[in-house]
Amino acid sequence: MIKGKIHSSESFGTVDGPGIRFVLFLQGCPMRCLYCHNPDTWKLNGDREMSADEVIAEYKKNSVFYKNGGLTVTGGEPLLQIDFLLELFKKAKKEGIHTCIDTSGITYDRENAEYTEKLDRLLALTDLVMLDLKHIDSDKHKILTGYTNENILSFARYIDSKGIATWIRHVVVEGYTDDEDDLFRLGEFIGTLKHAKALDVLPYHTMGVSKYAELGIKYRLEGLPSLSRSDAARAKQRILLGIKASRNKKETC
Amino acid sequence: MDRNYEGWRGFEGGTWVKEINVRSFIKHNYTPYDGDDSFLAGPTKDTLDLWDQVLDLTRQEREAGGVLDMDTKVISTITSHGPGYLNKEKERIVGFQTEKPFKRALMPYGGIRMAEKACADNGYTIDPEVKEFFEKYRKTHNAGVFDAYTPEMRACRSSHIITGLPDAYGRGRIIGDYRRVALYGVDRLIEDKKEQKETTRSTMYSEIIRDREELAEQIRALEDLKKMAASYGFDISKPAVDTKEAIQWMYFGYLAAVKEQNGAAMSLGRTSTFIDIYSERDLAEGRYTEEELQEMVDHFIMKLRLVKFARTPEYNALFSGDPQWVTESIGGVGIDGRHMVTKMSYRYLHTLKNLGAAPEPNLTVLWSINLPENFKQFCAKTSIETSSVQYENDDLMRFTHGDDYAIACCVSSMRVGKEMQFFGARANLAKCLLYAINGGIDEVSGKQVGPEYRPITSEYLDYDEVMHKYDDMMRWLAGVYVNTLNIIHYMHDKYCYEKIQMALHDKNVTRWFATGIAGLSVVADSLSAIKYAKVKAIRNDAGIVVDYEVEGDFPKFGNDDNRVDSIAYDIVHRFMEHIRKNHTYRNSVPTTSILTITSNVVYGKATGATPDGRKKGEAFAPGANPMHRRDTHGAVASLASVAKLPFIDAQDGISNTFSIIPGALGKDDQIFAGDIDVDLDCCVNGACMSPTLFEGLDDNDAN
Repeated sequence: MIKGKIHSSESFGTVDGPGIRFVLFLQGCPMRCLYCHNPDTWKLNGDREMSADEVIAEYKKNSVFYKNGGLTVTGGEPLLQIDFLLELFKKAKKEGIHTCIDTSGITYDRENAEYTEKLDRLLALTDLVMLDLKHIDSDKHKILTGYTNENILSFARYIDSKGIATWIRHVVVEGYTDDEDDLFRLGEFIGTLKHAKALDVLPYHTMGVSKYAELGIKYRLEGLPSLSRSDAARAKQRILLGIKASRNKKETC
Repeated sequence: MDRNYEGWRGFEGGTWVKEINVRSFIKHNYTPYDGDDSFLAGPTKDTLDLWDQVLDLTRQEREAGGVLDMDTKVISTITSHGPGYLNKEKERIVGFQTEKPFKRALMPYGGIRMAEKACADNGYTIDPEVKEFFEKYRKTHNAGVFDAYTPEMRACRSSHIITGLPDAYGRGRIIGDYRRVALYGVDRLIEDKKEQKETTRSTMYSEIIRDREELAEQIRALEDLKKMAASYGFDISKPAVDTKEAIQWMYFGYLAAVKEQNGAAMSLGRTSTFIDIYSERDLAEGRYTEEELQEMVDHFIMKLRLVKFARTPEYNALFSGDPQWVTESIGGVGIDGRHMVTKMSYRYLHTLKNLGAAPEPNLTVLWSINLPENFKQFCAKTSIETSSVQYENDDLMRFTHGDDYAIACCVSSMRVGKEMQFFGARANLAKCLLYAINGGIDEVSGKQVGPEYRPITSEYLDYDEVMHKYDDMMRWLAGVYVNTLNIIHYMHDKYCYEKIQMALHDKNVTRWFATGIAGLSVVADSLSAIKYAKVKAIRNDAGIVVDYEVEGDFPKFGNDDNRVDSIAYDIVHRFMEHIRKNHTYRNSVPTTSILTITSNVVYGKATGATPDGRKKGEAFAPGANPMHRRDTHGAVASLASVAKLPFIDAQDGISNTFSIIPGALGKDDQIFAGDIDVDLDCCVNGACMSPTLFEGLDDNDAN
């Protein structure tokens, strides 16, 4: 049995998918997003390991709370531990649990047949993907995260082609991801995804900053204030306009 | 017997016609409401004017240092003061404790020193004649108790291993069935009490003598109740004829109680569904509009917010404020399976919007999974907007208390008019653990308070040894605790009897002998630390353990971890078993509670360092809560630990104080208000392929 490398669990997750959810935070992430608020999940090896059975047992102890919710795996980047996820979701589906992956899509590699085969099997066990699209512009994406975005966008198209329900998340950071044109273009891209069910715009906040100090890592957005609610709402409207435009272009009624 | 009252027109009959039985009346006549909150009415001009007046008086009171006026001469009784008003023309529901609002009454029967100090601390001087009278000629509850206390009880009291005892103030926690006044009128209640007195046994055992004397007191109190209502211009001898009278009659009953008793909790009961029967009839008859009904409820609730007592700063420190615990229980499900939510349940909760949020009256929803969905959503919405709603598990309590119980104070459930409680404050189980370790020596004062059992002498604490000694010490504590309470309740009945409240009870009342536990999560974590980590005892020069060093990590209560949760369960069960071994006053049934909602701060202050790493004087967690910041697995895990505690051993209630920022409950109010549909409007002819999008905005989450 494969053990998952676990950062922590949250028994009352209300913002990571529908309903009240058991949220499992996995260790390890290749990206180094400037605004990341969980730098403590970056390294792949943590102190804690759990088997799929142990996670399901934790979940079932309080499953009465999760009857309209389910299980969300996040991180870190959960798809780094795809073998563990396969085992976990297989057991979860056996128990009738609603499954959700919160991912950046960074690990997607369409040239890798073995990986694609595993991903297909995992998606068959997945009820919802929450996909964090960090930037539509590849160069700016690289500045923000250390990686370009091509494989992330192909991941989005790939899961859409598989018919997987998707919620798109986007963090709005002043000076980095709030450009009007970029937001519109992001919307246009989302508009091409048939199975995007929701848009979740997350205003940048500074609550993760203290973790950097604890870990002795330099925080590169030092001094940048949290984004206001109204700015976030504006960004959301801009993305929605993009979605609308792209759908109007495509759909003929 | 013909009971052709105007007030009973159109009501369906039942047992309630033949005997005093409000539950039967409700069951036969109430209308469950499944709809939403759209029918509710806002505040009227008169309501807003009155509330402005209240806010102004509140400001004046605050500026005056917390008390605006106090009676220093007239001893408060049901009839001691003339009528008082805010603005007679605008008030739909009337009545204050004294002849004017915000003037606190003088209630010395619990103890003259407490009454005197309450005056003195607020800058008033009690009339010397009154003082002399209660010191020389009329004994108080407090004086009686101290005549009977043993030296051991006094020592336990001053070391705070037993704490918050109602030995110098009114015990409260009794709920009169104030609805009876409205449904039957006072004459019928007097008639019933007279019959009860006539039918007592004729051999004069002391219990029978006591019963007869108490019934005579009750009858007198009911006569006084009529007189007090008459001073406001109301004849309440007959049943109320409409909603306005029903609320007013009921409120007079409650008002009489708070004129007579300055109790530690003066709760109202379960009145909304009862009143709803009148308002449904009035709506059907076209007698009142929705606005008028809401106005009456707003004015009634306003009155309940203005119940005030003369209290000392120490009392307020113990309870973290100046609470009255005017608890009103709302909703729940009947044993016939019908839920008991009515339009009036909505109107009561709606006062939080019309008058603004307030801690009093303590509106308490009896929650069941079978409550109607609309009501659940309304409650959630009201909670988010006002943070002023208390929730209690009806599915759990209905099993023992049926479907006409109410909550006294914060969690104590009792059948209205059929059960009452002897309030018993709390035993400090964390301190008890320290006594077990130190052989009965108090860790703060260094005095021998408990029995001189052999202390623990090893450097590192051994779990089995500590548990063994702790069990012995709990047995001792339960004994001295219960017997202290026996004295208190004997004297309270004798010198500070709750005449009007007991007049609104049946003759044969079940009495709960309440005890309480403070510091449960501290004890559970301490024992867990001893068992799963290494705990080193730090002794002072006298050899008393005064601090602890914890080496290594250990499971902590509040994380849904059975290793420690089972310890908490075991402690509650063991302590209750020890309580049960003792004789309890007046054939009362022992219960316990884990509910220090506010006093946890004071209890912690009086307790030395504990083996869980808690420092000397540090506050306990409230009630059955996990210790601050030790529950690290989220709300469900924290709640699950508390939910494992055995209710059967803590039937007086288990409280968990839970605060959460609205944002942590989900994206905006989507969880409760439903997902927001965004119509993309991309085509006019339908058949559009685009999925429905909903969006969320959240300040608290980004990754």
